[in-house]
Amino acid sequence: MCLGIPGRIVAITDEARQMAMAEVSGVRREVNVACVLDRPIGALVGEWVLIHVGFAMALIDEDEAARTLDALRDLGEAQEALDAMAEGQRALEGRA
Amino acid sequence: MKYATEFRDPKAARAVLARIAQVADVLGATRAKPVHIMEICGGHTHAIFRFGLDKLVHEGVEFIHGPGCPVCVLPMSRVDECVQIAERPEVIFTTFGDAMRVPGTRKSLLQAKAEGADIRMVYSPLDALQLARRNPGREVVFFGLGFETTTPSTALAIQQAAREGLANFSVFCNHITVPEPIKALLDDPHMVLDGFIGPGHVSMVIGTHPYDFIARDYGKPIVVAGFEPLDLLQSVLMVLDQIRDGRAEVENQYARVVPEHGNPVSLAAIADVYERRPSFEWRGLGEIDASGLRIRSAYAAFDAEEKFGVGYAAGPRHVPEPEGCACGAVMTGRIKPTACPQFGRGCTPDMPLGALMVSSEGACSAYWQYGGARATEAAE
Repeated sequence: MCLGIPGRIVAITDEARQMAMAEVSGVRREVNVACVLDRPIGALVGEWVLIHVGFAMALIDEDEAARTLDALRDLGEAQEALDAMAEGQRALEGRA
Repeated sequence: MKYATEFRDPKAARAVLARIAQVADVLGATRAKPVHIMEICGGHTHAIFRFGLDKLVHEGVEFIHGPGCPVCVLPMSRVDECVQIAERPEVIFTTFGDAMRVPGTRKSLLQAKAEGADIRMVYSPLDALQLARRNPGREVVFFGLGFETTTPSTALAIQQAAREGLANFSVFCNHITVPEPIKALLDDPHMVLDGFIGPGHVSMVIGTHPYDFIARDYGKPIVVAGFEPLDLLQSVLMVLDQIRDGRAEVENQYARVVPEHGNPVSLAAIADVYERRPSFEWRGLGEIDASGLRIRSAYAAFDAEEKFGVGYAAGPRHVPEPEGCACGAVMTGRIKPTACPQFGRGCTPDMPLGALMVSSEGACSAYWQYGGARATEAAE
């Protein structure tokens, strides 16, 4: 919950709500990008970000993303975050 | 489970370990008279155990595991209040999965769910917002939990709900802050700390200046650190270097992610939605002045405490911790987890009595999980 997980912004999904699609270890998840909007929202596509509970909190470079993901995998936290995302999806579908 | 011994850069790790040993020797640190360094963040605690860093460093360096695991410091009274809200028939109660097994006085959220309460684990407050949009006839409550890392997420979710006029969305706010409990620990006459490893992702939000008082007023070094094992070792070395040089400064080892002044959008959202409570209760530490946040009156419509009349909105209350649970003594560094009479007996990760056993970031859970590997290794 407290450790962010790196993801790459692949598309903007809702400009008004500042939402974008991120790819995290092969899983797609919609995230809020308000905290990293230092440029027009479209220019975020392709950038790596550190994602906390559905919010992109920092822009990072690709090497930092890879190193962070390695550390999270070693801690078992990467899988924990992906499981939580899947759990969230189930909750939305009412299959909680 | 055997802890990771493969560092990304083993040569660099060996070099830092050697320098840590040199400085520790200069300081005259020994196993009997160690330098005490507190890692504040639960993520760091987990990493230290996972990589066996406490065994790799010079024996004169001792890690004290800080209060930086939000699930672990959640008092039973707040769990009870969650259950109270969740058991209302109109409520869909949404929470991070971490909080499900924390024991309350009567039951945990997991038990309440098994008994029929509509409790759903979500990944993000955004999921709770979406549930509120899709279920206009229900009250969707999000269990807002965590330090400054997760606080912006609920602040932004509340702002979004206000913009949309989502009247059936509210947050049960349990957000807490890092600097205040550190001040409380430093004011505790039993506490002997020589320096701190500062949290990485919390600092990404708040920057490094909120720690200035630790160096300025208490004369203790603090180094904000990343999560890779090498980050942590380098930060330990930076703390030791400061002690050797007689310096007390706030240093930033994780500058590649942590800006000096934090994240401006996050800080603005927090300031807009939240204000400090006069005090907030921490498991094992009691009430700490100004250590918790509550929702400002401008957003009272989204405050579950106000909406359902529970918690601090219902007046003063105190619930004692479970009999025989020594979480408080462990959290302040007075005893090791294994010295608790309940450790591994009345309290295990499957059936936790105290909160430090619940989360992978809790000191007791880490001792339990990695203790086996330690014993095996010692026998080899």
